[in-house]
Order: sequence, then C-alpha cells, then structure tokens
Amino acid sequence: MAGITLLVLLIGLASIFWQLARARAVQFRRAVRFGSLPAQHGWTVALWAVLPALALLVVWQIAAPALVTDAVLRTPAAADLPPPGFARATLLSQARALATGHGAESVEPLSRRLAPAYAAATRRSHWIATVAVLALAIGAGAAALARVRAGTPARTRVERLVTALLFAASLVAILTTAGILFSLVWESGRFFATVPAQRFLFGTHWSPQSIVDDAPGDVLGALPLFWGTFFIGAVIAMAVAVPLGLLSAIYLSQYAAGSTRRLLKPALEVLAGVPTVVYGYFGALTVAPAVRRLGMALGMADASSESAMAAGLVMGVMILPFVSSIADDSLIAVPVELGEASLALGATTSETVRQVLLPAALPGVAGGVLLAISRAVGETMIVVMVASAVATLSVNPFASATTVTRQIIDLLTGEATFDSPKTLAAFALGLTLFVVTLALNIAALALVRRHRVRGG
Amino acid sequence: MTVKIAARHVSAFYGDVRALDDVSIDIDTDHVTALIGPSGCGKSTLLRTLNRLTDTVPGARVEGDIRLDGRDIHGRDMDVVELRARVGMVFQKPNPFPKSIYENVAYGPRIHGLARGRGELDAVVETSLRRTGLWDEVKDRLSDRGTALSGGQQQRLCIARALAIEPEVILMDEPCSALDPIATARIEELIGALSGRYAIAIVTHNMQQAARVSQRTAFFHLGRLVEYGDTSDIFTNPRAERTKDYITGRYG
Ligand SMILES: Nc1ncnc2c1ncn2[C@@H]1O[C@H](COP(=O)(O)OP(=O)(O)OP(=O)(O)O)[C@@H](O)[C@H]1O
Ligand SMILES: [Mg+2]
Repeated sequence: MAGITLLVLLIGLASIFWQLARARAVQFRRAVRFGSLPAQHGWTVALWAVLPALALLVVWQIAAPALVTDAVLRTPAAADLPPPGFARATLLSQARALATGHGAESVEPLSRRLAPAYAAATRRSHWIATVAVLALAIGAGAAALARVRAGTPARTRVERLVTALLFAASLVAILTTAGILFSLVWESGRFFATVPAQRFLFGTHWSPQSIVDDAPGDVLGALPLFWGTFFIGAVIAMAVAVPLGLLSAIYLSQYAAGSTRRLLKPALEVLAGVPTVVYGYFGALTVAPAVRRLGMALGMADASSESAMAAGLVMGVMILPFVSSIADDSLIAVPVELGEASLALGATTSETVRQVLLPAALPGVAGGVLLAISRAVGETMIVVMVASAVATLSVNPFASATTVTRQIIDLLTGEATFDSPKTLAAFALGLTLFVVTLALNIAALALVRRHRVRGG
Repeated sequence: MTVKIAARHVSAFYGDVRALDDVSIDIDTDHVTALIGPSGCGKSTLLRTLNRLTDTVPGARVEGDIRLDGRDIHGRDMDVVELRARVGMVFQKPNPFPKSIYENVAYGPRIHGLARGRGELDAVVETSLRRTGLWDEVKDRLSDRGTALSGGQQQRLCIARALAIEPEVILMDEPCSALDPIATARIEELIGALSGRYAIAIVTHNMQQAARVSQRTAFFHLGRLVEYGDTSDIFTNPRAERTKDYITGRYG
C-alpha cells in the first residue's frame, strides 16, 4: 500500500521535474541550432529523478524484512524466544501476521507480545524508506535540472535510455524461458537420479499406474510415447498438412485470380484461429469413430477408436493453414523476375512452379515444415481428446497410440505427491519435448534465414 | 524487308491507368529497333504486350491488333507458349535461375523438347554460350550456379538462355542498365552480331546506345508513339519538338 503511494508520488515528482527542465531548456532553445529538444531535456531530468529513487526502493523492499526482524529481536520481549530454528521462525511469522492484521485465533502469547514491536518497526521502516526515496528523487532531479544547459546532450541520453529499456523488455522473455528451462532441467535431474536416462529414453514399457517404489524405471520406458508423438505429429499429420498446404499455397499464389485469393486466403487463416479444443472434439466425436470403422472394414481386429490415424488426421488439418501460409510466403518471396524469365521462355505456369519457383522456395518451405512439426509435436489438446491413454508401440496407424504431451497431462492430473518418480517423469518428458522442439526451431530458422539471404 | 511483328492501334491498361495509347509499330528482321522515351512512358509495357507477358499482371488489359508473321497473337490458333517461345525476352535486371550455368541454358530446350539426348543438348548449350561470347569464360565451370557469375556475365547468360530455343524475335528491356561500360560494350557488340538473324527491339535510356546499336528508333511519350523512323533521322533531324527536347537532354 505504502509502496503504491510512493510510486504515485514519484511519478508526480517526475512530471514536475519534466516541466521544470523543459521550461528551462526552452529559454536557451535558440542558442544552439539542432540542439536537443526541450522535451528531451525534460525526459532526462525526469528519469534522473525517478530511476535512482526506484532502484533505492527496490533495494529497500528486499532488505526491509531482515532489518525489521533485526529491530524486533533487539526488543526486550524477544529475549524469551527459543534459539534459532523451526519454533522460533513460527513464532516470528505469527507475530508478523498479527502486526499486519492477519491474526489467527490460536496464537502463542509470545507472538502476541512481539506483535506491537513488529508493527512499530514496520512503520518506522516505511517512513525511512519514503523519506529516503523522496529525498533521493528530489536531490537527483534537482542536480540534473541544474545541469540542463544549451550543450547538454539530452538527445543522446534519451536515446541510450530508450535502448536500455527496450533491451530490458526483450530480456524478460528470454529470462523467463531460461527460468523455465532451469526448472525443467532441475526436476529432470532429480528424476534421472532415480531412473537411468537410457532406461527412460529407450525403455519400451510405459505404465506409470502400476509403478512400484523400489524399481520405478521398469514401467517408465518412454519409447512408445516418443514413437507415438513422432508417428502422429511428424508422419501422419505432415502427410496431410504438407501436400495439401503446399498445393493450396501454389494455387493461391500462382493460379488464383485476385478475387479468389482475397476470399480464400482469409478463409484459410480463419482455420488457424479455430481453438484446438474444437478440433479435439470434432476428432473424438467424428473422425475417430469413422477411422475405427474404416479399420474394421479393412479387416483389422485391433482398430482402435483412439487411433494414431484419427489424431494425426485432425492434427494435420489443424496445421494445414500454417504450412500453407508459410509456403505461400516463401513462393511470393521468390523474385518475380525468375517466374517471368521462365514464362518468357514459353514455360507454362505449372512448369514454372515446378522447375523454378518451388526449388527457389524450397528452403523456406522446408523451414516451415519443420516449424509445423515442432507445433504438432507439442500440440496437447487434440491428443488428449483423440489419442489413447495407453502406450503401445505399433506402426499400424489404426492401432491406439499416445503422445508425450498426453502422458504429461495424465501424470500430473493424478493424486500423486510432487516428489514421486511419477510426477518427476512429467518433467523429464517435458525436457525431452523442449529439447526436440528447440532443435527443430533452430533448424527451421537457419533454413529460412538462408532462404532470405539468397532470395534477397 | 520482313516485318516480324506488326502492332496496330495497341492500347494497354493497368486497371484504370492507360499505359499505352493507340501505338502502331513494326519490328523487323533487318533492323534493330530502339525504343526510347522518358520513364513511365510505356516502353516496357509495349515489349510485354508483344509476348503477352502482360497476361501475368493482374488487372492488365491490352486492346488492338498484334500480329506475328501475320498471325494474331491473341487469336485462337496462337498458343501463348508458342508465342513466347518464338518471341524471346531479356530483362533489365539479369535474372538467371538459381540453377547451374548449364541448366540455365538448357532450360528452354528441355521444356520444349528441342534436343534429343544429352549430346544434342550439350551442343545447343555450347552454341548458345558461344554466341554470347561466354563459352570460353564458363566452359570449365558449367555446373557452377548461374547466380555466381558477374552482372555482365549473368546478362549474357540470360541472352544465351533466350537464344537456346532459337526465337525469331528478341525483346530487350534496358539490358545494360545494370552493367558497367565494358560489359555494356560486349552486349552491344552481341546485338550487332545477332541483328539480321533476329528481329530485335531494345529499350534504352542511353541515347548513345540507341544511336550505336539501332537502325530504327521509336520515341514514346506518355503512352503515345510520338515519332518513329530511321535512327539517323531521329537523332539528327527530329520532326517533333518533344523528341528534340528529349534527345538533347532538355527534357524537363
Ligand atoms: N504492374 C503495373 N501495375 C500498374 N501500373 C503499372 C504496372 N506496370 C507499369 N505500370 C504503369 O504503366 C505506365 C508505363 O510503365 P512502363 O513500365 O511501361 O514504363 P517504362 O517506359 O518502361 O518506364 P521506365 O523507363 O522507367 O522503365 C507507368 O505509368 C506505370 O506506372
Ligand atoms: Mg521499363
């Protein structure tokens, strides 16, 4: 609460400094031609007022709890506390809760006695923080204001600051990814401490329901999952998405009249916006039973209603607009002159597409397919609804199949404790998926980039 | 004199924009025809109507009568593939395919099934490259990419590619504008050597070039053919005031 008031105060101060600096800069505006603009001086001074103060505030927020506790421990009432340990920590945290008004009913009397000291120390800490932060803001702002002169390079300073801010913004996503990766690696490390990696990666028996505590590795062989993921996402789904996507992209970019293109392209893009859960129940209710009937008709006794084929087909349709759009972009990125050169030699459109445009667009298209695979492999909703929960190792597309993502969901939705090999296995699966997807994306980017270099 | 292409009252439109307005012109085998005029006056558009490359531009429309050896190029009995095979084109920017040098030249003969067997194809490739003077420069690296050649070599490769299917007409749209003076001189020499055998039309912004390579010159302005006649007449004794202004560089 106090923090927010302080922030509002800081912003108020900053805008005052902004105005002051601008007003000051306006006076010598004419002195230097093409000098920094008054507003740029305003920003420099305003930021000088805010940023150091904010930094101090952050440091204080981090240090304050320890300082407050210190102060409380120095009060006479604290002499009765037990030595450092669990009991002491509990008492202190109860006292802190009381002081901030979150008191529970059953509170130790000692905590009750410490609470006022806590409240006082906290209040004092707030005051010190407020005064120090505001003083720093005013001091730094005033100093910066005094430095506003005709020649002050406010423009470059503002630019440098903008650069730093943008950099920080882009860092957020990267740091988050790094954090996620770290936690994945950490938990997976704990998993691999109990189950050997080659057991997990190459074991063919997966049934975490029947896990036994002294040999968890026996039922955590994930090969069937990897196979299922590959079979569904990279084979069946791509068998649907790549040809159809490529052909539709060729039609759209080379044959379709302007009006047709204007109609069809958005229609395809709308397909990409359908929530995957909708594809999921379409798959579960319509495609899966149909595929099973087809399998039966073909004389397959083990045709499953949770087949790899059903999941792969639905996923292929889901990915199709993505492939089509990337292929379309790659084809359009091929310089017009190449197509014209071929047409001018008397080649037909289809000859031109096959012999000139597609080869030139190939790296881009291949990159797109890799990205599509990486998407299909990580896709969860469709396989949760259409694929099987049981891990079998089969090359028959009509047999049941499961995927890594599906199994992660199943592992984590049980009642198992967080530390069991069963839940840790989910992290190991996640890490494997992450590594594979990352590799696919890097390869795809490399391909697409090479394409750009040659195309441009 | 054999008139190869006879264009009569040709107008071309991009959507509502009129790029050519009632142009009538002949391209014949005995002369190189230069097309000159300020930027945007429709020179490229005229060339592209002659091999119907305008068909590939969405919204483009051509009116009037264009005949190749007396046959209407828009007629039912004239297939666009045949037309373009007989009327070759060289573009402003060298545009070799991202294939090997050999494959670039072999592209046309392959598509039209002109060579029987590898030996014949090799011969066609060699002849075409020799005629552009490129053979000695590339004969040891026919499998290198065409795009790896220098700009001037690339343009000669593109000319060789066009020659490989033995067209009857060659349309060149500012073929030297991306080249240095030496490469330009080689192309001009080549045009001189090809004239007589092929009907050649060349668009250029370079007046000296037009004077050097052509025997007939057409001056365009705002989509209209302002003046058309012997190159020597146009350059020494232009009839229209605008032509005079343009070729003397007083065009504003
Ligand atoms: N694809 C197109 N779409 C719309 N308008 C076009 C297109 N191509 C050309 N035009 C227009 O047609 C007119 C003639 O263009 P064209 O390219 O034939 O001129 P040009 O004489 O070749 O010019 P330059 O010497 O600059 O090459 C111009 O006004 C141009 O803007
Ligand atoms: Mg032009």
